[in-house]
Amino acid sequence: MLNAYEVNTLVYDPELCNGCAMCLAVCPHAVFEMDGRRAVLVHLSACMECGACQKNCIVNAITVESGVGCASAMIHAALTGKKDATCDCV
Amino acid sequence: MIDIASITSKPVILPTSSRLTAGNRRDHILTRLGVKRGEHRVQPGLYALGNPTPDSPVFVTANYTLSFDALRSSLEGIDGYILVLDTKGINVWCAAGKGTFGTEEIVRRVMITRLGEVVQHRKLILPQLGAPGVAAHEVKKRTGFWVEYGPVRAGDLPEYLKTHQATPEMRRVEFPLRDRLVLIPVDITQTILPTLLAAAVLYFLGGWVSSLAALAAVFAGVVLFPILLPWLPTHNFSTKGFVLGALVALPFAASVFLRHLEWTWYRQLGQALEFLLAMPAVTAFISLNFTGSSTFTSRSGVKREMFAYIPGMAWGFGIGVLLVIVFVIIR
Repeated sequence: MLNAYEVNTLVYDPELCNGCAMCLAVCPHAVFEMDGRRAVLVHLSACMECGACQKNCIVNAITVESGVGCASAMIHAALTGKKDATCDCV
Repeated sequence: MIDIASITSKPVILPTSSRLTAGNRRDHILTRLGVKRGEHRVQPGLYALGNPTPDSPVFVTANYTLSFDALRSSLEGIDGYILVLDTKGINVWCAAGKGTFGTEEIVRRVMITRLGEVVQHRKLILPQLGAPGVAAHEVKKRTGFWVEYGPVRAGDLPEYLKTHQATPEMRRVEFPLRDRLVLIPVDITQTILPTLLAAAVLYFLGGWVSSLAALAAVFAGVVLFPILLPWLPTHNFSTKGFVLGALVALPFAASVFLRHLEWTWYRQLGQALEFLLAMPAVTAFISLNFTGSSTFTSRSGVKREMFAYIPGMAWGFGIGVLLVIVFVIIR
Protein backbone atom coordinates (compact mmCIF):
# COMPACT_ATOMS: atom_id res chain seq x y z
CA MET A 1 0.00 0.00 0.00
CA LEU A 2 1.35 3.40 -1.02
CA ASN A 3 2.41 5.75 1.75
CA ALA A 4 2.55 9.11 0.02
CA TYR A 5 4.33 10.65 3.02
CA GLU A 6 7.26 8.23 3.26
CA VAL A 7 9.57 10.47 1.25
CA ASN A 8 9.77 14.23 0.77
CA THR A 9 11.99 16.99 -0.58
CA LEU A 10 14.06 17.71 2.56
CA VAL A 11 17.80 17.55 1.91
CA TYR A 12 20.40 18.21 4.61
CA ASP A 13 24.16 18.51 4.26
CA PRO A 14 25.73 17.87 7.69
CA GLU A 15 29.12 19.00 6.36
CA LEU A 16 27.88 22.60 6.38
CA CYS A 17 26.32 22.49 9.87
CA ASN A 18 27.67 25.02 12.38
CA GLY A 19 25.84 23.47 15.32
CA CYS A 20 23.56 26.44 16.09
CA ALA A 21 20.60 24.07 16.65
CA MET A 22 18.15 26.51 15.12
CA CYS A 23 16.61 23.70 13.04
CA LEU A 24 15.74 21.83 16.25
CA ALA A 25 14.08 24.94 17.66
CA VAL A 26 11.85 25.63 14.67
CA CYS A 27 10.89 22.10 13.59
CA PRO A 28 7.38 21.14 14.77
CA HIS A 29 7.98 17.43 14.15
CA ALA A 30 11.40 16.78 15.74
CA VAL A 31 13.01 15.87 12.42
CA PHE A 32 16.49 16.89 13.68
CA GLU A 33 18.48 15.99 16.77
CA MET A 34 21.85 17.22 18.04
CA ASP A 35 24.80 14.85 18.06
CA GLY A 36 27.60 16.73 19.75
CA ARG A 37 28.25 19.88 17.70
CA ARG A 38 26.16 18.85 14.73
CA ALA A 39 22.51 18.47 13.84
CA VAL A 40 21.50 15.05 12.56
CA LEU A 41 18.50 14.30 10.37
CA VAL A 42 16.80 11.56 12.36
CA HIS A 43 13.16 11.46 11.24
CA LEU A 44 12.92 12.37 7.56
CA SER A 45 9.43 10.96 6.96
CA ALA A 46 7.97 13.19 9.70
CA CYS A 47 8.91 16.31 7.71
CA MET A 48 5.89 18.31 6.50
CA GLU A 49 7.96 20.63 4.28
CA CYS A 50 6.97 23.80 6.15
CA GLY A 51 10.38 25.29 5.32
CA ALA A 52 11.11 26.71 8.78
CA CYS A 53 14.51 24.98 9.08
CA GLN A 54 15.70 26.10 5.65
CA LYS A 55 14.63 29.68 6.35
CA ASN A 56 16.48 29.80 9.67
CA CYS A 57 19.64 27.92 8.70
CA ILE A 58 22.29 30.61 8.48
CA VAL A 59 24.79 28.34 6.67
CA ASN A 60 22.26 27.06 4.08
CA ALA A 61 22.79 23.43 5.00
CA ILE A 62 19.10 22.61 4.46
CA THR A 63 16.96 22.74 1.35
CA VAL A 64 13.31 21.78 1.08
CA GLU A 65 10.63 22.57 -1.48
CA SER A 66 8.28 24.14 1.01
CA GLY A 67 4.63 24.81 0.42
CA VAL A 68 1.19 24.12 1.76
CA GLY A 69 0.34 20.43 2.17
CA CYS A 70 -3.27 21.17 1.34
CA ALA A 71 -5.21 19.31 -1.35
CA SER A 72 -7.97 21.92 -1.73
CA ALA A 73 -5.39 24.67 -2.29
CA MET A 74 -3.66 22.60 -4.97
CA ILE A 75 -6.95 21.63 -6.63
CA HIS A 76 -7.96 25.29 -6.62
CA ALA A 77 -4.60 26.27 -8.15
CA ALA A 78 -4.95 23.57 -10.82
CA LEU A 79 -8.50 24.63 -11.71
CA THR A 80 -7.70 28.34 -11.91
CA GLY A 81 -4.42 27.79 -13.76
CA LYS A 82 -2.31 29.36 -11.02
CA LYS A 83 1.22 28.13 -10.61
CA ASP A 84 1.56 28.45 -6.85
CA ALA A 85 -0.98 27.03 -4.46
CA THR A 86 -1.67 29.24 -1.46
CA CYS A 87 -4.20 28.35 1.15
CA ASP A 88 -7.09 30.67 1.91
CA CYS A 89 -7.75 29.38 5.38
CA VAL A 90 -7.76 31.50 8.51
CA MET B 1 5.33 66.44 3.28
CA ILE B 2 6.78 65.40 6.60
CA ASP B 3 4.42 64.98 9.50
CA ILE B 4 6.32 66.71 12.33
CA ALA B 5 3.95 65.37 14.97
CA SER B 6 4.76 61.75 14.13
CA ILE B 7 8.46 62.39 14.62
CA THR B 8 8.33 64.36 17.84
CA SER B 9 5.47 62.54 19.56
CA LYS B 10 5.89 59.39 21.61
CA PRO B 11 5.51 55.97 20.00
CA VAL B 12 1.88 54.84 19.93
CA ILE B 13 1.16 52.04 22.38
CA LEU B 14 -2.32 50.53 22.48
CA PRO B 15 -3.79 49.08 25.67
CA THR B 16 -4.85 45.46 26.08
CA SER B 17 -5.40 42.96 28.88
CA SER B 18 -5.16 39.23 29.42
CA ARG B 19 -8.85 39.02 30.24
CA LEU B 20 -11.20 37.77 27.54
CA THR B 21 -14.61 39.43 27.44
CA ALA B 22 -17.96 37.92 26.52
CA GLY B 23 -17.58 39.76 23.22
CA ASN B 24 -14.24 38.03 22.57
CA ARG B 25 -15.79 34.64 23.27
CA ARG B 26 -18.68 35.38 20.93
CA ASP B 27 -16.14 36.32 18.26
CA HIS B 28 -14.32 33.01 18.80
CA ILE B 29 -17.54 31.05 18.31
CA LEU B 30 -18.36 32.95 15.10
CA THR B 31 -14.81 32.32 13.87
CA ARG B 32 -15.17 28.60 14.48
CA LEU B 33 -18.47 28.63 12.60
CA GLY B 34 -16.82 30.34 9.62
CA VAL B 35 -19.00 33.47 9.91
CA LYS B 36 -17.34 36.48 8.21
CA ARG B 37 -14.14 34.58 7.50
CA GLY B 38 -11.12 36.81 7.19
CA GLU B 39 -12.75 39.63 9.12
CA HIS B 40 -11.70 38.59 12.62
CA ARG B 41 -8.88 41.09 12.78
CA VAL B 42 -6.96 43.00 15.40
CA GLN B 43 -5.41 46.37 14.60
CA PRO B 44 -1.69 45.80 13.91
CA GLY B 45 0.69 47.69 16.19
CA LEU B 46 2.28 47.65 19.61
CA TYR B 47 0.17 46.76 22.66
CA ALA B 48 0.93 47.10 26.36
CA LEU B 49 -0.19 44.20 28.54
CA GLY B 50 -0.35 45.02 32.26
CA ASN B 51 2.25 47.61 33.27
CA PRO B 52 5.31 46.90 31.13
CA THR B 53 8.68 48.61 31.68
CA PRO B 54 11.45 49.09 29.08
CA ASP B 55 12.84 45.72 30.27
CA SER B 56 9.60 43.77 29.74
CA PRO B 57 9.50 41.01 27.11
CA VAL B 58 8.06 41.60 23.63
CA PHE B 59 5.80 38.93 22.16
CA VAL B 60 5.01 38.88 18.45
CA THR B 61 1.74 37.57 17.00
CA ALA B 62 -0.67 37.75 14.05
CA ASN B 63 -3.61 40.14 13.72
CA TYR B 64 -6.14 37.30 13.83
CA THR B 65 -8.37 37.50 16.90
CA LEU B 66 -7.88 33.82 17.82
CA SER B 67 -4.07 34.22 17.68
CA PHE B 68 -3.98 37.51 19.59
CA ASP B 69 -6.48 36.31 22.20
CA ALA B 70 -4.69 32.97 22.71
CA LEU B 71 -1.48 34.89 23.38
CA ARG B 72 -2.79 37.57 25.74
CA SER B 73 -5.06 35.22 27.70
CA SER B 74 -2.04 32.96 28.30
CA LEU B 75 -0.04 35.84 29.75
CA GLU B 76 -2.17 36.50 32.81
CA GLY B 77 -0.17 38.32 35.49
CA ILE B 78 2.74 38.98 33.11
CA ASP B 79 3.73 42.52 32.11
CA GLY B 80 4.90 42.78 28.55
CA TYR B 81 4.46 44.16 25.05
CA ILE B 82 2.64 42.49 22.21
CA LEU B 83 3.71 43.35 18.68
CA VAL B 84 0.82 42.54 16.35
CA LEU B 85 1.88 42.04 12.73
CA ASP B 86 -0.44 42.70 9.81
CA THR B 87 -1.08 39.16 8.55
CA LYS B 88 -4.39 40.13 6.87
CA GLY B 89 -6.42 38.43 9.58
CA ILE B 90 -4.70 35.06 9.10
CA ASN B 91 -3.35 32.86 11.93
CA VAL B 92 0.38 32.64 12.65
CA TRP B 93 1.18 29.30 10.98
CA CYS B 94 -0.78 29.86 7.75
CA ALA B 95 0.48 33.44 7.52
CA ALA B 96 4.06 32.23 8.00
CA GLY B 97 3.52 29.78 5.12
CA LYS B 98 2.38 32.65 2.92
CA GLY B 99 5.16 34.93 4.17
CA THR B 100 2.83 37.61 5.58
CA PHE B 101 3.99 36.62 9.05
CA GLY B 102 7.52 37.14 7.90
CA THR B 103 10.84 38.91 8.03
CA GLU B 104 9.64 41.88 5.93
CA GLU B 105 6.58 42.56 8.07
CA ILE B 106 8.54 42.25 11.33
CA VAL B 107 11.16 44.73 10.10
CA ARG B 108 8.42 47.11 8.96
CA ARG B 109 6.37 46.82 12.15
CA VAL B 110 9.41 47.33 14.39
CA MET B 111 10.13 50.55 12.46
CA ILE B 112 6.53 51.83 12.43
CA THR B 113 5.98 51.21 16.14
CA ARG B 114 9.48 52.54 17.01
CA LEU B 115 9.88 49.54 19.29
CA GLY B 116 13.57 50.36 19.76
CA GLU B 117 12.55 53.51 21.66
CA VAL B 118 10.05 51.69 23.84
CA VAL B 119 12.22 48.84 25.15
CA GLN B 120 15.85 48.79 26.24
CA HIS B 121 16.58 45.16 25.39
CA ARG B 122 16.81 43.80 21.86
CA LYS B 123 14.81 40.57 21.90
CA LEU B 124 11.56 39.47 20.23
CA ILE B 125 9.76 36.34 21.37
CA LEU B 126 8.04 34.72 18.38
CA PRO B 127 5.68 31.78 18.29
CA GLN B 128 7.63 28.80 16.94
CA LEU B 129 5.09 28.33 14.16
CA GLY B 130 6.02 31.75 12.77
CA ALA B 131 9.40 30.33 11.74
CA PRO B 132 8.45 29.21 8.19
CA GLY B 133 8.13 32.90 7.28
CA VAL B 134 10.93 34.37 9.35
CA ALA B 135 14.71 34.27 8.99
CA ALA B 136 15.89 35.06 12.51
CA HIS B 137 19.38 36.10 11.41
CA GLU B 138 17.88 38.43 8.81
CA VAL B 139 15.69 40.17 11.41
CA LYS B 140 18.76 40.63 13.63
CA LYS B 141 20.74 42.13 10.79
CA ARG B 142 18.02 44.58 9.76
CA THR B 143 16.50 45.64 13.10
CA GLY B 144 19.09 44.80 15.74
CA PHE B 145 16.51 42.59 17.48
CA TRP B 146 17.30 38.96 18.30
CA VAL B 147 14.53 36.53 17.46
CA GLU B 148 13.79 33.93 20.10
CA TYR B 149 11.39 31.18 19.09
CA GLY B 150 9.04 30.45 21.97
CA PRO B 151 6.82 27.39 22.28
CA VAL B 152 4.29 26.25 19.65
CA ARG B 153 1.34 26.86 21.98
CA ALA B 154 0.80 30.16 23.78
CA GLY B 155 -0.43 28.19 26.77
CA ASP B 156 3.13 26.96 27.39
CA LEU B 157 4.51 30.52 27.64
CA PRO B 158 4.33 30.95 31.45
CA GLU B 159 6.36 27.75 31.87
CA TYR B 160 8.70 28.72 29.03
CA LEU B 161 9.38 32.19 30.48
CA LYS B 162 10.89 30.69 33.65
CA THR B 163 13.95 29.43 31.77
CA HIS B 164 13.51 30.61 28.14
CA GLN B 165 14.18 27.00 27.18
CA ALA B 166 11.46 25.04 25.40
CA THR B 167 11.06 21.38 26.25
CA PRO B 168 10.79 18.94 23.29
CA GLU B 169 7.04 18.69 24.05
CA MET B 170 6.65 22.48 23.72
CA ARG B 171 8.29 22.29 20.27
CA ARG B 172 6.06 19.50 18.94
CA VAL B 173 2.85 20.05 17.01
CA GLU B 174 0.23 17.46 17.78
CA PHE B 175 -3.27 17.05 16.38
CA PRO B 176 -5.37 15.88 19.33
CA LEU B 177 -9.10 15.15 19.22
CA ARG B 178 -9.97 18.55 20.64
CA ASP B 179 -8.07 20.37 17.88
CA ARG B 180 -9.75 18.20 15.26
CA LEU B 181 -13.23 18.71 16.71
CA VAL B 182 -13.12 22.52 16.61
CA LEU B 183 -12.53 22.37 12.84
CA ILE B 184 -15.76 20.49 12.12
CA PRO B 185 -18.30 23.37 12.35
CA VAL B 186 -16.57 25.44 9.65
CA ASP B 187 -16.55 22.48 7.28
CA ILE B 188 -20.23 21.85 7.98
CA THR B 189 -21.19 25.43 7.16
CA GLN B 190 -19.14 25.24 3.98
CA THR B 191 -20.63 21.99 2.68
CA ILE B 192 -24.22 22.14 3.92
CA LEU B 193 -25.80 23.98 0.96
CA PRO B 194 -24.44 21.88 -1.93
CA THR B 195 -25.08 18.74 0.12
CA LEU B 196 -28.74 19.58 0.73
CA LEU B 197 -29.10 20.43 -2.95
CA ALA B 198 -27.64 17.08 -3.98
CA ALA B 199 -29.87 15.30 -1.45
CA ALA B 200 -32.95 17.06 -2.89
CA VAL B 201 -32.07 16.07 -6.46
CA LEU B 202 -31.40 12.47 -5.41
CA TYR B 203 -34.72 12.32 -3.61
CA PHE B 204 -36.52 12.78 -6.92
CA LEU B 205 -34.20 10.40 -8.78
CA GLY B 206 -33.91 7.53 -6.34
CA GLY B 207 -36.11 8.20 -3.33
CA TRP B 208 -35.28 8.92 0.29
CA VAL B 209 -32.64 6.21 0.60
CA SER B 210 -30.55 7.80 -2.15
CA SER B 211 -31.09 11.18 -0.55
CA LEU B 212 -29.95 9.85 2.81
CA ALA B 213 -26.92 8.23 1.16
CA ALA B 214 -25.68 11.63 -0.04
CA LEU B 215 -26.05 13.08 3.45
CA ALA B 216 -24.30 10.06 4.99
CA ALA B 217 -21.33 10.20 2.60
CA VAL B 218 -20.74 13.89 3.31
CA PHE B 219 -21.32 13.44 7.05
CA ALA B 220 -18.69 10.68 7.06
CA GLY B 221 -16.15 12.94 5.38
CA VAL B 222 -16.89 16.14 7.27
CA VAL B 223 -17.67 14.84 10.77
CA LEU B 224 -16.54 11.22 11.21
CA PHE B 225 -13.24 11.51 9.35
CA PRO B 226 -11.69 14.24 11.56
CA ILE B 227 -12.79 12.37 14.69
CA LEU B 228 -11.53 8.95 13.56
CA LEU B 229 -8.40 10.14 11.69
CA PRO B 230 -5.72 8.46 13.85
CA TRP B 231 -7.60 5.16 14.04
CA LEU B 232 -8.53 4.71 10.38
CA PRO B 233 -6.29 2.15 8.65
CA THR B 234 -3.64 3.03 6.00
CA HIS B 235 -1.46 6.16 5.82
CA ASN B 236 -3.02 8.34 3.19
CA PHE B 237 -6.04 10.55 3.80
CA SER B 238 -7.68 9.34 0.57
CA THR B 239 -7.45 5.65 1.42
CA LYS B 240 -8.60 6.31 4.97
CA GLY B 241 -11.57 8.13 3.41
CA PHE B 242 -12.29 5.25 1.01
CA VAL B 243 -12.34 2.80 3.92
CA LEU B 244 -14.65 5.01 5.98
CA GLY B 245 -16.92 5.73 2.99
CA ALA B 246 -17.17 2.02 2.16
CA LEU B 247 -18.18 1.20 5.73
CA VAL B 248 -20.91 3.83 5.62
CA ALA B 249 -22.04 2.62 2.17
CA LEU B 250 -22.41 -1.04 3.20
CA PRO B 251 -25.79 -0.73 4.96
CA PHE B 252 -27.15 1.24 1.99
CA ALA B 253 -26.01 -1.48 -0.43
CA ALA B 254 -27.43 -4.19 1.82
CA SER B 255 -30.76 -2.37 2.00
CA VAL B 256 -31.17 -2.73 -1.77
CA PHE B 257 -31.14 -6.52 -1.52
CA LEU B 258 -33.30 -6.60 1.60
CA ARG B 259 -35.95 -4.12 0.49
CA HIS B 260 -36.32 -5.19 -3.14
CA LEU B 261 -36.47 -8.97 -3.19
CA GLU B 262 -38.69 -8.82 -6.29
CA TRP B 263 -36.08 -7.07 -8.45
CA THR B 264 -33.96 -8.85 -11.05
CA TRP B 265 -30.45 -9.65 -9.80
CA TYR B 266 -28.77 -7.17 -12.13
CA ARG B 267 -30.98 -4.36 -10.94
CA GLN B 268 -30.23 -5.24 -7.31
CA LEU B 269 -26.51 -5.42 -8.01
CA GLY B 270 -26.53 -2.26 -10.09
CA GLN B 271 -28.28 -0.17 -7.48
CA ALA B 272 -26.09 -1.57 -4.69
CA LEU B 273 -23.07 -0.55 -6.77
CA GLU B 274 -24.40 3.02 -6.98
CA PHE B 275 -23.85 3.28 -3.22
CA LEU B 276 -20.62 1.27 -3.12
CA LEU B 277 -18.97 3.37 -5.84
CA ALA B 278 -20.25 6.91 -5.34
CA MET B 279 -20.32 7.13 -1.54
CA PRO B 280 -16.66 6.13 -0.83
CA ALA B 281 -15.58 8.49 -3.64
CA VAL B 282 -17.35 11.44 -2.00
CA THR B 283 -16.08 10.62 1.50
CA ALA B 284 -12.53 10.07 0.21
CA PHE B 285 -12.52 13.40 -1.63
CA ILE B 286 -13.65 15.31 1.46
CA SER B 287 -11.08 13.39 3.52
CA LEU B 288 -8.30 14.29 1.07
CA ASN B 289 -9.24 17.94 1.50
CA PHE B 290 -8.73 17.63 5.24
CA THR B 291 -4.97 17.47 4.58
CA GLY B 292 -4.95 21.27 4.64
CA SER B 293 -6.46 21.30 8.12
CA SER B 294 -4.05 18.70 9.47
CA THR B 295 -0.76 19.62 11.10
CA PHE B 296 1.58 17.15 9.45
CA THR B 297 1.00 16.54 5.70
CA SER B 298 3.78 17.62 3.34
CA ARG B 299 3.13 19.26 0.00
CA SER B 300 4.93 16.58 -2.01
CA GLY B 301 3.03 13.88 -0.11
CA VAL B 302 -0.35 15.46 -0.75
CA LYS B 303 0.57 15.85 -4.41
CA ARG B 304 1.52 12.16 -4.68
CA GLU B 305 -1.70 11.24 -2.96
CA MET B 306 -3.77 13.42 -5.32
CA PHE B 307 -2.24 11.88 -8.45
CA ALA B 308 -2.72 8.38 -7.04
CA TYR B 309 -6.31 8.59 -5.84
CA ILE B 310 -8.26 11.43 -7.48
CA PRO B 311 -8.70 9.38 -10.71
CA GLY B 312 -10.22 6.55 -8.64
CA MET B 313 -12.56 8.99 -6.92
CA ALA B 314 -13.64 10.45 -10.26
CA TRP B 315 -14.31 7.00 -11.77
CA GLY B 316 -16.20 5.78 -8.70
CA PHE B 317 -18.33 8.90 -8.52
CA GLY B 318 -18.86 9.02 -12.30
CA ILE B 319 -19.95 5.39 -12.67
CA GLY B 320 -22.12 5.64 -9.54
CA VAL B 321 -23.98 8.66 -10.90
CA LEU B 322 -24.24 7.03 -14.33
CA LEU B 323 -25.88 3.98 -12.75
CA VAL B 324 -28.39 6.22 -10.95
CA ILE B 325 -29.33 7.80 -14.29
CA VAL B 326 -29.50 4.44 -16.10
CA PHE B 327 -31.88 2.97 -13.53
CA VAL B 328 -34.07 6.08 -13.58
CA ILE B 329 -34.39 5.67 -17.38
CA ILE B 330 -35.14 1.91 -17.45
CA ARG B 331 -37.48 2.03 -14.45
